Amino acid sequence: MESIVQNIQGVPLNHYILFCSIIFAIGVTGVLIRRNVIIIMMSVELMLNSVNLLLTAFSVHNGDPAGQVFVFFIMALAAAEVAVGLAIIVMVYRNTRSVDINALNRLRG
Amino acid sequence: MSVFYFVAFLSIFFALMTIFTRNPVHSVLYLVITFFTFTVHYILLNAQFLAVVNFIVYMGAIMVLFLFVLMLLNLNKDSEPLKSNLVKFMGAIAGMCLLITLAGSLRILEVSESVQLKNPDIGLVANLGKVLFSDFLLPFEISSILLLTAMVGAVLLAKNDPKKV
Repeated sequence: MESIVQNIQGVPLNHYILFCSIIFAIGVTGVLIRRNVIIIMMSVELMLNSVNLLLTAFSVHNGDPAGQVFVFFIMALAAAEVAVGLAIIVMVYRNTRSVDINALNRLRG
Repeated sequence: MSVFYFVAFLSIFFALMTIFTRNPVHSVLYLVITFFTFTVHYILLNAQFLAVVNFIVYMGAIMVLFLFVLMLLNLNKDSEPLKSNLVKFMGAIAGMCLLITLAGSLRILEVSESVQLKNPDIGLVANLGKVLFSDFLLPFEISSILLLTAMVGAVLLAKNDPKKV
């Protein structure tokens, strides 16, 4: 336990911010370049996770447990979002026989 | 200290593999590995409760849901129509622009002090439970209603209506 705690001492907070920004940018790129709806939702999960990790790092750095409680709430929200989103994908697939995001442009006037 | 950089490198590598792999099932599996590296990050930060919750909820529940839907829709092959190269290129450029903007705004900050555990038992279950059930009791109960609503909505959406078909 002590060695694990010793391990993290010395990583600057800036490196955490940079790392989480990189993961977030990868998630945004994934949303932009893929056409499969399921992979787009996975990229959104990647973005949510990067923000979670950053909140935890800030919480540990400031010694305030509220940040970790917020991460817990974000995880509950992500679970709800994935359940509803995948149900919508299943319904869309049943109607259009495809998970291509371009098949969903019927709302365009 | 170097453990963090090694695990961060693994996270970035597997996140890139997630969005660039053609096969959707491989993509989900790479995402599982990415979430596992995030669990290691939580352990390094001594946030034990979040590490366990991340392990169970993300790697256990959400990823199984993704895999289940992929298998249910029979999409485990390279059936994805590709976007044109121009759109891909523009998407990658836009993502890199976002990253450069974030990193550039980071440079204004002076070199920060290193992360230190001021209170080592902040992420333990006992401490977080006390905070969760005293300061955040109302949001906790409301999130239970949110989960119930999501469950009802998911069942309602995905159910095959026999009258309509």
